[in-house]
Amino acid sequence: MPVANLEWFLLIGAFLFATGVFTILTRKNAVSVLMGVELVLNSANINLVAFSRFVKAPPTLGPTSIEFPLQGEAAHHVYGAAWIGGNVFAAFVIILAAAEAAVALAIILGIYRNLGDVDVDEVTAMKG
Amino acid sequence: MIAILGIKLGDPAAWVFLAFAAVTCASALVVAASRNIIYSAYALLLTFFGVAGLYAFLDADFIAAAQLLVYVGGILVLILFGVMLTHKIREIKLSNETTNPIVGAAIAGFVFLALAYVSLYTNWDVVDRPASPTTGEIGKAFVGKYLLPFEASSVLLLGALIGAAYLARRDKEKA
Repeated sequence: MPVANLEWFLLIGAFLFATGVFTILTRKNAVSVLMGVELVLNSANINLVAFSRFVKAPPTLGPTSIEFPLQGEAAHHVYGAAWIGGNVFAAFVIILAAAEAAVALAIILGIYRNLGDVDVDEVTAMKG
Repeated sequence: MIAILGIKLGDPAAWVFLAFAAVTCASALVVAASRNIIYSAYALLLTFFGVAGLYAFLDADFIAAAQLLVYVGGILVLILFGVMLTHKIREIKLSNETTNPIVGAAIAGFVFLALAYVSLYTNWDVVDRPASPTTGEIGKAFVGKYLLPFEASSVLLLGALIGAAYLARRDKEKA
């Protein structure tokens, strides 16, 4: 087992989530809001990977009649992709975060070109 | 509380884990509270490094490497570009104003307390599984059970790339 319990990772994830929510709620600069979103995504990823490492896969994700110490080929054969599911989902979150950051920054640059500022309070029109 | 959470303080790895956790949380606080947006961006770099270390402690080798490559190497550079391109660099002060910090802190604190309560008082079905390398298993999952989401995400990345390039380019002069 890892050196720390599941609860440690969940608490760190909760703390990152709270700081991300605070950043999103209080910043006026659009780039800072984007940083808050990245913090929230990271906290969700920590939770996904921690549950994937510690918690038994639910019955809908694979057979549970055989106990967990199987690993490698044997684990894949018996559980399918069940025990790795959290890691795979975290990889998808990283992919989505990359796409989201690219599009969000393109939009922010467009706002800066049009308004000369990136204050989210001043972006009130959908139409350029 | 530390004893309840079951960390073995005689183990040097536990101290390394605590250091990573402290760096992650402290730099996240700097991201949320700094008055200077450049400091926020570089604190975000430390947060991403700390989270990668936490992934390593969770035996998620592939995700830790992907975190370093994509977040530190890609997203953080994008964010720094965003900071640099949307401020007049000649101004010394790169301001990073906040509005309603008290209301925001109240909401964030409530969210943290709720999440911490659920984390600590839920009876998680923890199983003692030995560490095993994840990269090969993730590869098999990508081309097996999760093939459709994998292909969909590749199309999404292509669309995001084209869309970002289209949005960010300057309008051509009409000839």
